[in-house]
Amino acid sequence: MTEVLKPRDAKEVEDAVRWALGNDKALELAGQGTKRGIGRPSQTDATLDLSDLTGVTLYEPAELVLSARAGTPLREIEKLLDDNNQQLAFEPMDYGPLFGLEAGQGTIGGAIASNLSGPRRIKQGAARDHFLGVSAVTGRGETIKSGGRVVKNVTGYDMCKVLAGSWGTLAAMTDITIKVLPKPETESTVVVFGLDDAQACAAMAAAMGSSCDVSGAAHLPDHVASYFDGLPKPEAATVLRLEGVAPSVKHRQEALLALLRPFGPAAMLEARDSTALWRGIREVRPFTTAAAQARPLWRISTAPGQGHAVAARITPAAQMFYDWAGGLIWAAMPFADEPDSGSIRGALADLGGHATLVRAPAAVRAVADVFEPETAGLRALNKRVKDGFDPKGVLNPGRMWAGV
Amino acid sequence: MSVRMPAADAAVLAKRDRIVATLRAIVPGEGVIAGEREMRPFESDGLTAYRQLPMVVVLPETTQQVSEVLAYCHSEGIKVVPRGAGTSLSGGALPLEDGVLLGMAKFSRIREIDFENRIAVVEPGVTNLAVSTAVAHEGFYYAPDPSSQIACTIGGNVAENSGGVHCLKYGMTTNNLLGCEIVLMNGEVLRLGGKHLDAAGYDLLGLITGSEGLLGVVTEVTVRILKKPETARAVLVGFPSSEDAGACVSAIIAAGIIPGGMEMMDRPAIHAVEEFVHAGYPLDVEALLIVELDGPAAEVDHLIERVEAIARDCGSTTCRVSQSETERLLFWAGRKAAFPAVGRISPDYLCMDGTIPRAKLPEVLAAMKAMSEKFGLRVANVFHAGDGNLHPLILYDANVPGELERAENFGADILKLCVAVGGVLTGEHGVGVEKRDLMPEMFSEIDLAAQQRVKCAFDEKGLLNPGKVFPVLHRCAELGRMHISGGKLPFPDIPRF
Repeated sequence: MTEVLKPRDAKEVEDAVRWALGNDKALELAGQGTKRGIGRPSQTDATLDLSDLTGVTLYEPAELVLSARAGTPLREIEKLLDDNNQQLAFEPMDYGPLFGLEAGQGTIGGAIASNLSGPRRIKQGAARDHFLGVSAVTGRGETIKSGGRVVKNVTGYDMCKVLAGSWGTLAAMTDITIKVLPKPETESTVVVFGLDDAQACAAMAAAMGSSCDVSGAAHLPDHVASYFDGLPKPEAATVLRLEGVAPSVKHRQEALLALLRPFGPAAMLEARDSTALWRGIREVRPFTTAAAQARPLWRISTAPGQGHAVAARITPAAQMFYDWAGGLIWAAMPFADEPDSGSIRGALADLGGHATLVRAPAAVRAVADVFEPETAGLRALNKRVKDGFDPKGVLNPGRMWAGV
Repeated sequence: MSVRMPAADAAVLAKRDRIVATLRAIVPGEGVIAGEREMRPFESDGLTAYRQLPMVVVLPETTQQVSEVLAYCHSEGIKVVPRGAGTSLSGGALPLEDGVLLGMAKFSRIREIDFENRIAVVEPGVTNLAVSTAVAHEGFYYAPDPSSQIACTIGGNVAENSGGVHCLKYGMTTNNLLGCEIVLMNGEVLRLGGKHLDAAGYDLLGLITGSEGLLGVVTEVTVRILKKPETARAVLVGFPSSEDAGACVSAIIAAGIIPGGMEMMDRPAIHAVEEFVHAGYPLDVEALLIVELDGPAAEVDHLIERVEAIARDCGSTTCRVSQSETERLLFWAGRKAAFPAVGRISPDYLCMDGTIPRAKLPEVLAAMKAMSEKFGLRVANVFHAGDGNLHPLILYDANVPGELERAENFGADILKLCVAVGGVLTGEHGVGVEKRDLMPEMFSEIDLAAQQRVKCAFDEKGLLNPGKVFPVLHRCAELGRMHISGGKLPFPDIPRF
């Protein structure tokens, strides 16, 4: 059984990494472990468990800023923000339920390390876009800080960006500062029924190209529609979310209904159903069921207009739905041990984008590329970046790519 | 010049003729400029207090040429300084005596506009405003709008992570980029991102944005374009004190309103601007706020009412809502002319660029007033109030011996104060040469070494734009070394399971 180190403060994180360095040990970094199943299975000697680094250390609603220790549960942060009528605008999704875990267990550190986002990605960006400052222990056992607690800052390299989405392979983050935003006063959703994937992508492009300020655009084909709460009937639904002050939402809703009517029969969801629907989309609900757990799951990012063309290259036996106006495809493959990487990578090579094999048995992840394979030049550059932070490969070695 | 630049390499200067000839073979025609008079326009950027003629200027037109120029310089150990439009206010494009100045102005084509995917693919020499102009016929625009947007280029915007008055709501350059083509110092051409969201692997695009031309030369950029809001209206609000104005900004945000723009000016700035532009600014106030709301008319009208009520509660003495597009633009004309307006009342001025937590504004303004008396120099303030980015303009006369130095010392004290109250040295103008030696105010040696290791991953010989951003240059071999004390380390006293 591997050892678990559970530091109580940032200094002990530094001690732990130095211990690993001095004894040629490799560390697995974890918060609550909700994303443990993601990435290449890697050989580590001990787990660096950061879940005891908790607590919000600064929250100034009028300055739109919050700082917390990396192991602070997202749930706690979201509750605090909600009490102050604010939110994490990047709408972080929750990977836990996709792995059969209870919802709401993730930490802020994990959210940043995996650059989480949700349906609002198309309007408000991902975790990276809200990540203002950090204190972290690199694989050299040194504590670095970057960024600050102000939104506008170009002092030095933007190290926050490279740490966001680095899956714990560069540094162990201990303290995180993020930008927070007001919660919209209300929301509603316009639904167009019965579109095929290509028509849906066209409808979403029309909506996104309007001044309706859409904050979520998804297409839920008929084979997954029944998994979502809030929809009036289990038919293919192309859904567009509007958020803001009530008079504005009302005005945009009418404009959007008029714009989309030529595509098919449309309806409107009031705030309550709208909230329930987008919660399901954010959580990738169709693929969290017990029956779906065995299916390998892909997360594919491509140009929104190409979404349906990429999807058309995937086996029809896959189940899928689209977020990000067609630019994000969640695809659950039919056979546990066959992620069908070839067709997906091939489609992306032709049409552009990248794919992550989010869920698959360890044996499959050990031989397939979990993250998008890089060109030789980029692979070498990524390796040099990794070596700068973690030359001995003590932090999550091999989790993203072999040898990095 | 009070900032020391890397010593010129005599061996490189000695072979200048051969270097010029080789560069002419790579970039034929008028793409290589070697005459002193012809190079003069390139001797400084927007930070005109610093000037240096480059060894030679090269203006490539293709990625292939950029790659060949860089590969040649890399193999010969020749320094390279990239330059866009030269509007940097921090000396980011200041040439080096023994360096090639790589001007990207000829990369001026818009390669693709894709309304379906809401992106534009442009060459780095395209101006910021030209992107918006190129997509305007379909009602789209490119959101980041630095004040220099008529002249500054997208390549420079990427290098500096430029902001603008609307970045509180719409983000800086880094939040509006999807991809780029970049040439490394060794000539290698890489593509990052594309028309899709988020990077595969490490976010190198995010790292390059704001790297001030030290990591690579961008040769193509994919930006996100947005549909223009249906309407925009601005409110002009005057206050008897900056504390009241600051409280109003906080109250607006606390009410859940994120305006498209929210700008503040202090009394000296208001007076300089009004005399110049006649925007109708009130002259009997200590602080003036411009709050712009954008969106559908129903939303804008609703929010304007709320902002007016908040302003009244915060003790505003004047409040005017723009009644037409002409009036809205007039409100902004004053703010946008703040720098030249100050230029009219003083022979020279230094523009600082710190960011502070907004609540610290009264404290910082009071301290600045005391500094102004201490240094015997006037200061006017314009402030991106929504995001805490402060632009103190220090007025001086370069013809008075010692005044530039005093102004620089005044500026350094302001920036140190910004850091001391929890802010940063630069919000949007970049470190460049101007703030380079202040970096240790914000970063430890360990922090700076970690950043320089990133530099090493991209440019291990340190030939690309050296002398900018980092106060001390270390060799990559030295930075790469690991210092682990010999023998096994004892298990640390950490809870384990």
